[in-house]
Amino acid sequence: MPPVRRSALGPEMTATETRPRALEEQFESLDAQHDARKLGMWIFLATEVMFFGGLFMTYTIYRELYLPGFEQGSHLLEVRWGALNTGVLILSSLTMALAVRSAQVAARRFITIGLLGITMLLGTAFLAIKFLLEWRHDYAQHLVPGINFAYAGPYAAHVQLFFCFYFFMTALHALHLIIGIGILAVLAFLTWRGRFSDQYYSPLEVAALYWHFVDIVWIFLFPLLYLIGGR
Amino acid sequence: MKAQTIVPVKVYAGAFAGLIALAALTTGLAYVHMEIWNTVAALTIAVAKMLLVILFFMHLRYDRGMTRIVIIAGLLWLTILIVLTASDVFTRSWSPIPSGWGPAISVQQKQ
Repeated sequence: MPPVRRSALGPEMTATETRPRALEEQFESLDAQHDARKLGMWIFLATEVMFFGGLFMTYTIYRELYLPGFEQGSHLLEVRWGALNTGVLILSSLTMALAVRSAQVAARRFITIGLLGITMLLGTAFLAIKFLLEWRHDYAQHLVPGINFAYAGPYAAHVQLFFCFYFFMTALHALHLIIGIGILAVLAFLTWRGRFSDQYYSPLEVAALYWHFVDIVWIFLFPLLYLIGGR
Repeated sequence: MKAQTIVPVKVYAGAFAGLIALAALTTGLAYVHMEIWNTVAALTIAVAKMLLVILFFMHLRYDRGMTRIVIIAGLLWLTILIVLTASDVFTRSWSPIPSGWGPAISVQQKQ
């Protein structure tokens, strides 16, 4: 086969074929491919709803069964860090949406890469606040079940159960965020290599759906762990 | 090729402002003592924030039928999961309690 040369049709077209390079053969058009990929991500997110939903449900039931212990546990969390992290994640969703939009409107590559970079930085800031401030504080207060849990008040066993939920749910959410940051790093690299255009940007759009979903999980975790029942 | 919808920056900025305002509201309301309404308010605001994210950041507002079906299916199964499990736990008082834990509080009150 002769080497395929880039044509003036744009990065996604080649001189030897009229189909866009990014168009897989089973699809009629990039638009159909874009819709199929988005639908696939939405279906994956529906399974994620069930994944987190089981935890939310179990948390709610045990909170109802052991209410005083869970309220005491909740009051041991620092609202300001949870609220700050909520703001950080919402801002990261904005920059993520703008990164996709920058590809849609064929903005210069460095703008898309920059917005992806800011989104990754905000995700990292969330993790830093969560791990280095909150979890370290919890560790210093001897609130980590299985490692150094030593809460002395009434309903100590129930408070410990609350902290089991707290650490497991926030860790699972943080894991999703770490995966998201990894995906964005790959996409920033591919953007730099010129793989996306205003005709073909579905990997960015699909990654954005995932990122916004992780934001939504936190939107529910924050009130459920820190706020409900009042402070 | 039919172009995908390009959402104006203004719409994203509006959704962002709404989300920040609601986050501030829910945090502030937690310090107002309203009994059961604390929980109701926190969850209502969380659902409102979720809708803002889904409708605008995730483009549901501009999407066609299939996406909506998937979302509704996801939420429907979640509802089944929660309602059926909760109805068992809270009507039968059968949840096993580890020894040394004492009876579960709300079960104790019911008996």
